[in-house]
Amino acid sequence: MTDNNHDIEQPEERVPRRVIGTPSPAAGNSLLGAEEPATEEVDVPGVVLQDERTAKKGEKFAALLFVIAFLSGLGFIVSYVVFQVGDVEKTQVSNLALGGTLTLTLLALAAGIVVWVRLIMPKYSLVQERHPMVSDPEAREYVGETFLQGAKESGITKRPLLRRTLLIAAAPLGVAPLVLLRDLGPPHTNFPSKLRHTVWGEKTKDGKPRKLVVEGTGAPIRAADFNSPGGILSVVPEGFEHDLNALAKATLILIKFRPEEIKSGTNKNWAPNSIVAYSKICTHVGCPAALYEQTTHHILCPCHQSTFDAADGAKVIFGPAARPLPQLPIAVDSEGYLVATADFAVPVGPSFWERGDAEAEVREKGGHA
Amino acid sequence: MSTGPVPKPIAGPSNFIDERIGAGTFLKRNLRKVFPDHWSFLLGEIALYSFIILLLTGTFLTFFFKPSMGHTVYEGSYDALKGVTMSEAYASSLHISFDIRGGLLMRQMHHWAALLFTAGMMVHALRVFFTGAYRKPRELNWLIGVLLLTLALLEGLTGYSLPDDLLSGAGLRITEGVAISLPLVGTWITFFLFGGEYPGEDVISRFYSLHILLIPGILLALITAHMILMWVQKHTQMPGKGRTNENVVGAPFYPAFMAKAGAYFMFTFGVIALLGTFAQINPIWLFGPYNPANISAGSQPDFYMGFLEGALRLMPAWEINLFGGSGGTLPMNVLIPALVPMGIIMTGLALYPFLEQWVTGDRREHHVVDRPRNNPHRTSIGMSAITFYGLLWLLGANDEIAAFFSVSLNWTTYVGRVLIFVGPFLAYVITYRTCLGLQRKDADIIGHGVESGVIKRLPSGEYIEVHVPPHPAIEALMRDKKPVPIIAGADSDDPDGDGIPSKGMRSPLGKLRAKMSKAYGGEKIALTDGHAHGHEEHAAVGSGEDDKPSLTH
Ligand code: HEM
Ligand code: FES
Repeated sequence: MTDNNHDIEQPEERVPRRVIGTPSPAAGNSLLGAEEPATEEVDVPGVVLQDERTAKKGEKFAALLFVIAFLSGLGFIVSYVVFQVGDVEKTQVSNLALGGTLTLTLLALAAGIVVWVRLIMPKYSLVQERHPMVSDPEAREYVGETFLQGAKESGITKRPLLRRTLLIAAAPLGVAPLVLLRDLGPPHTNFPSKLRHTVWGEKTKDGKPRKLVVEGTGAPIRAADFNSPGGILSVVPEGFEHDLNALAKATLILIKFRPEEIKSGTNKNWAPNSIVAYSKICTHVGCPAALYEQTTHHILCPCHQSTFDAADGAKVIFGPAARPLPQLPIAVDSEGYLVATADFAVPVGPSFWERGDAEAEVREKGGHA
Repeated sequence: MSTGPVPKPIAGPSNFIDERIGAGTFLKRNLRKVFPDHWSFLLGEIALYSFIILLLTGTFLTFFFKPSMGHTVYEGSYDALKGVTMSEAYASSLHISFDIRGGLLMRQMHHWAALLFTAGMMVHALRVFFTGAYRKPRELNWLIGVLLLTLALLEGLTGYSLPDDLLSGAGLRITEGVAISLPLVGTWITFFLFGGEYPGEDVISRFYSLHILLIPGILLALITAHMILMWVQKHTQMPGKGRTNENVVGAPFYPAFMAKAGAYFMFTFGVIALLGTFAQINPIWLFGPYNPANISAGSQPDFYMGFLEGALRLMPAWEINLFGGSGGTLPMNVLIPALVPMGIIMTGLALYPFLEQWVTGDRREHHVVDRPRNNPHRTSIGMSAITFYGLLWLLGANDEIAAFFSVSLNWTTYVGRVLIFVGPFLAYVITYRTCLGLQRKDADIIGHGVESGVIKRLPSGEYIEVHVPPHPAIEALMRDKKPVPIIAGADSDDPDGDGIPSKGMRSPLGKLRAKMSKAYGGEKIALTDGHAHGHEEHAAVGSGEDDKPSLTH
């Protein structure tokens, strides 16, 4: 043993008193219940020991719970080996066995400890002093002085050249991490123009207008076959059926009307055989506006319930969306299939700062949004 | 029952440690640190233990999860999706669910723990708010708490997006739609976050490093700081017999509190395991892989995002185009719901301790917490905030509400638009009245005692119920009531009259402050209003107890 005087160094005689008992008043927080070291816990005010009968009962009860925890913990390990996974039913059984045993282990352990605390440990009502958080004035003064003195010693206060060059030296280093983040984004920052275009504006490889194909099957749509009024299809661009980036802007909702149902808001020139194509991407924050109510011609976005009148240019009739779903110019090609004749006249999807009132601009030019 | 010598196996190692780091000195001061007890003090612990469980289950998930948006064809053992093209992230989440023993359990426990973590934090923060436990010297811990809450929402948002199923994609899409609507920086933020156009191929791996490294790292650091401050400042305590602003009454850290905390951890863990076993959560295999063209009807975010969802649903269509066709688009229908409610709640929470200090002029330390009824304005403000939040949250599920009660969906929105303004106001008035009513009841009990249930016949023939003094513990609780402080001079109309107020009080702001102080503070119902007769020595509770006479009314 060493010869210094740390408390735990001579465990045989000193530790018990220090650990179980109270710190000496010199430590500052003296009133841990007693001035005297509590080698005899009975004497400590605020510590009421359990009577032995209760404690005995508690011990048995806690032990029972710990045994349950042990057995159920074993059960967990056994379940892991016994129950395999692989399909829904097997996974369910395995989940039940593993989860059930784990739950029982943890809860039994928790209950056992609670019994231990409640029935075996004493009831405590110890009192400890609180002191204001603020340090005493001498300490504050000392720290203040030391701080100033240190600053003076270091020369930082007296030597402006040192100070300023140090600051200058740190500045680029502080900006460096930000610079490094530049390549998180794409090299070209023509974001608005990207957002204004969809793949519907691009011709196919062989220079033909792009066909509308059914989402999921990828089948092109013959206008003559899509002929029952009230019919609706979810449509994606030919050649981009699995391109999520393209789909995030180019997905359509295709609706077949009776000619007399179509109102002035819808551009009839883009409605061959009274078939109308709207962007499916909600103009609110971009969910697919996927629900359609045949009788009312309402397109409903399930996210925040913006409702659009499909018969009238998909104008907003309810909900938070502020703009109609853009209509895609479509036509029937020589083989009778529906194709896009051009891109959307206005950007699809949620609004963004650079977008502007694209609809008004198109109307000004005499077009139809 | 002498403790005897420390057994060798403990003495050896502790000696080793102490000789090297002097741990004894620290332990000497801290082993018997006293922790006060009250059920509501356990709420923060739920959050703490849930976080530990998140770390454990989350680490398990990282061993198998592949944070990649690269395409793969699913060949795992869930039949319904065999042969389907999907992202690696989704495929690996399915793999965890169906091909790793215990994987589904860990996924479900992780998700349940996430819900318990955020819920625990919220309820804990409410406890701290309503009891005024954020007051000096605990403002810093309050601010850390507000940061923790914000980060937890972010952590949940990034985690929810990871499995890349149809539901998580819907959440991601809404996040993108909101981000891109921000003025000036919106397109930049989204293109940088997604590495190009939505959805791109980067966002899952980026969210992954945020979700498992950056945010948990910050959370862990802040939680540690939270604990250290709590330890240093000592826990607040409920008012009661023998409890003062200068002491702590309770059980010692070692052994009682330590054991209780261990049991409580096991209990939280057990409940999360129970939920993970029997309550299915986020069955991603039913939703299918993400595809921006599709959505599953009735998709709901996790509960902690519900209020944002509700705000988005509630807002009427409104878009401003500053420069007509050439830009300057402000989609107020997105900006307001995305920023304002969250802004009000988080900024309000962060500033409240300082605003209250400014209004009451109270710069003293507080270690005994308030009963909510005894600071009626604070309690009312809290209740209106809860109503505001709660209404938004409910409206985030207005489709379910409409379906459940068979009312028109649109009407739930119209009614919601009115309620969001009226509700908080009503909550304020009702809470304020209730608080005063409860104060009056306390004063009554102190004045007349409690009804004993014993009926006595007086010599005059009249029947009365015998009133007995309240239980001493309850009486001590009631008698702790102190008036909410008012700044010096605020209660006189002529601030110069009493000579105390500074020049600042005469400025318009100063006058406003004085008015607010007078309304906020003071004794609304004195305990003596119950016409005390026995305990005269306590009759003037609240006056003369403070050394600053200006603080009392
Ligand atoms: C601290 C707060 C945390 C919250 C609120 C949280 C929340 C979530 C949520 C809601 C999910 C979706 C779960 C699902 O699949 O149903 C998730 C997934 C995940 N989390 Fe966390 N998490 C947290 C911490 C962590 C930590 C610390 C790690 C790792 C060390 C982690 C690793 C993961 C992984 C790998 C997944 C994807 C697994 C999968 O979906 O199959 N999380 N998280
Ligand atoms: S995204 Fe369609 S209503 Fe919000």
